[in-house]
Amino acid sequence: MRNTKLATLEDAIVKSGLKDGMTISFHHHFRGGDKVVNLVVDKLAEMGFKNLHLAASSLSDVHEPLIEHIRNGVISKISTSGLRGALADAISHGLMAEPVIFRSHGGRGSAIANGRLHIDVAFLGASSSDELGNACGYSRSENAKSICGSLGYALPDARYADHVVVITDDLVSYPNVPRSISAADVESVVVVDSVGDSSKISAGAIRDSKNPRDILLAKQAAKVVINSGYFKEGFSIQTGTGGASLAVVKYIRESMIEKGIKASFALGGITAHMVKLHEEGLIGKLIDVQSFDKVAAESLKNDPSHQEVSSVEYASGEHLGSATHALDIVILSALEVDVNFNVNVLVGSDGIIRGAIGGHQDTAADSALSIIVCPLLRGRIPCIVPKVTTLITPGSGVDVVVTEYGIAVNPSRPEIAERLKAAGLNIVDIQSLSDKARSIIGTPAELPFGDKVVGIVMNRDGSVLDRIYNIV
Amino acid sequence: MEIKNAVAGTLESGDIMIQIGPGKGLDINLKSSVEAQFGSQIRSLIRETLSGLGITDASVNAVDKGALDCTIRARVTAAAVRASGVDVWKD
Amino acid sequence: MMFVPGNNPGMMQDAHIYGPDCIMLDLEDSVTMAEKDAARLLVHNALKSIDYGGTEMVVRINPLSTPYGRKDVEAVVKAGVDVIRMPKTETADEVRELEAEILKVETELGCVGRTRIMAAIESALGIVNAHAIATASPRMMGIALGAEDYTANLKTQRSASGAELLLARETIVVAARAAGICCFDTVYSNLDDMDTFRKEVELVKTLGFDGKSIINPRQIEVVNEVFTPSEKEILKARTILAAIKEAQAKGSGVIAVNGKMVDRPVVIRAERTIALALAAGVINKEDLQ
Repeated sequence: MRNTKLATLEDAIVKSGLKDGMTISFHHHFRGGDKVVNLVVDKLAEMGFKNLHLAASSLSDVHEPLIEHIRNGVISKISTSGLRGALADAISHGLMAEPVIFRSHGGRGSAIANGRLHIDVAFLGASSSDELGNACGYSRSENAKSICGSLGYALPDARYADHVVVITDDLVSYPNVPRSISAADVESVVVVDSVGDSSKISAGAIRDSKNPRDILLAKQAAKVVINSGYFKEGFSIQTGTGGASLAVVKYIRESMIEKGIKASFALGGITAHMVKLHEEGLIGKLIDVQSFDKVAAESLKNDPSHQEVSSVEYASGEHLGSATHALDIVILSALEVDVNFNVNVLVGSDGIIRGAIGGHQDTAADSALSIIVCPLLRGRIPCIVPKVTTLITPGSGVDVVVTEYGIAVNPSRPEIAERLKAAGLNIVDIQSLSDKARSIIGTPAELPFGDKVVGIVMNRDGSVLDRIYNIV
Repeated sequence: MEIKNAVAGTLESGDIMIQIGPGKGLDINLKSSVEAQFGSQIRSLIRETLSGLGITDASVNAVDKGALDCTIRARVTAAAVRASGVDVWKD
Repeated sequence: MMFVPGNNPGMMQDAHIYGPDCIMLDLEDSVTMAEKDAARLLVHNALKSIDYGGTEMVVRINPLSTPYGRKDVEAVVKAGVDVIRMPKTETADEVRELEAEILKVETELGCVGRTRIMAAIESALGIVNAHAIATASPRMMGIALGAEDYTANLKTQRSASGAELLLARETIVVAARAAGICCFDTVYSNLDDMDTFRKEVELVKTLGFDGKSIINPRQIEVVNEVFTPSEKEILKARTILAAIKEAQAKGSGVIAVNGKMVDRPVVIRAERTIALALAAGVINKEDLQ
């Protein structure tokens, strides 16, 4: 190759022109198996960088080492969709001077595209790349080490960052096509031993939940979908992960076969369940921003009607072409829903950050029908509450809440309540669910919030939706 | 009432494990998965249940996994009955 | 009737959300000897505090011949249980002994007659005495088959066809009907074999049982599907009952629906179909107006 972009990580960083105070970015397609963030930030610390803004599409338990880098001043600001584990706990207790900026996936995509979130250097892990930087989330070589499928959250970074470094553990011969990230957007390619622990990147096959409560919730949610008025030929659907959301697909499938109804597309995080329906001819196309398991990742690699999309194309509120605008039904989970249908998926009922906005805001706002599947209680923690701990998805976009104690429909959608009642479903007032929860568990004490802002929740249009305070 | 060492309950979700032993006054040490929301309520319920059984001197170690009040009352009573040898039923 | 172990608070607190007709909290076989005291307290407190939303609450106590039985009766009657299930019932005298224990506690509480009895028959002797057991007390609301102990007592084991249980099942249905009380079939423990489970439910429905015992919420749907009358059955029953009403209004004697004579058993079956449909919630009272 005459113009190789191969470099060591250190050389790539030097070449990028990165300076103290700049913004670096990462994607989270390697999920709990990710090694890229820690590898790169360790190197940046070693090279003496300070005050960097880390803008990741999401962060999880595996990023605990960032705590030290924050304490040492290497990282001074974080933007992400979510935080979990020890890092989230430390930040909730006031680790950082600057609050973490939380954006939805669509919100992050449009912020990058519109320049509200400017990325100086993007470090993008890939399961394969050639030496010019044509990269993707799977590999066709014999040495394939990892597979994550779609690189949808990395594509805006690749396109809009000033400088892009691809990091791969499987260097393949040119040209690595079809590809996700184009060599035209890439400045350096770094080869490492491993971009991630493949067993934690994608589960082989998701097992159906045997938890009777999940099954109950899923069956109820499926009945809501089927009787909502939106379940007709050519409908489109998205589901979240989590036992109940996944199981919904199984029951909807039975009804699709029985009634001879086919979906035009499934959107979002794609799972093995969706792939199965697609292969059976029940779903026309799969629009994939994130492949949740190995089956989905393999399907993306092999099936031309399984299309990878960037987070902008997926869920931007400011790009009319984004797929959420064409979405009929979305089934989502929640940590808390309040009596005004506002949803929290980010902060636990103990005030500690333990989740991610993901596509929640985006899909709830844009879809024709949004269904939240959520138990009334998780142990002694109430999920239907008088007021959410933190506002993530405004109730104006939330249509139906399915719990094991009844189904609540947003008063703004009386026609849906009528249809569900006519189908014999147990429709209840959401206030009565909140009261029921209180009657079972008692009244929780006020959380010991301090007065330091540790997180800012952005709406998808770039406005501030809520603030998260430290826990004392 | 003489208090021996005794334990009741499990560490499963929705349960609480209560260990009771000899002590001076009621010394309650609680670890709870819902400490922020219910910690002080649980401590007073343990205290109240023991007092109701006439136990005023005991040390209690409790590990709570989100148990409801009725479960806490049952487990504290079971541990107290085992520790004191005095049952709450007639036969 | 869903069985729930009496020493598992997590399972006890929301067993009703799955919509069983009745919940049986167990103090007997699912609780080890060392935990009998703790389970008794747990069940007592759960019955007192948890709102089971109108679900009929049954507690299976330990036999009165054990050191636990009498305390179990005291604890659950004081908590206001609907029904006490007596395990391994073999004679009418045992039922009367339980009745006396219940009366003692109820008298103290001032609620005489509140608690009903269900007898589980789990041995050859119990089957031989089935009718005597079924009629031993005015509190008796139903009898149930306990197949595991019964087959062991017969020196056989359970098979997929259920041939070994046929006499016991038929005897229990006949004894219950003769006594005018309910009858409930035994549990089926293999949760992964829903097909055999469904066949068994269909069989016991045909034999005349009022219900099936289950060990997991996942089994509820099958039982409801089998026991709930179909739309066709409901329509037929309503047509028959409407014809009866009309005939009575006119004062005419012989009634025919769709060319078939409607006699007394046909009417009784139609009434039972409507009662089952109401209980299953597939129709409601307003529909019948």
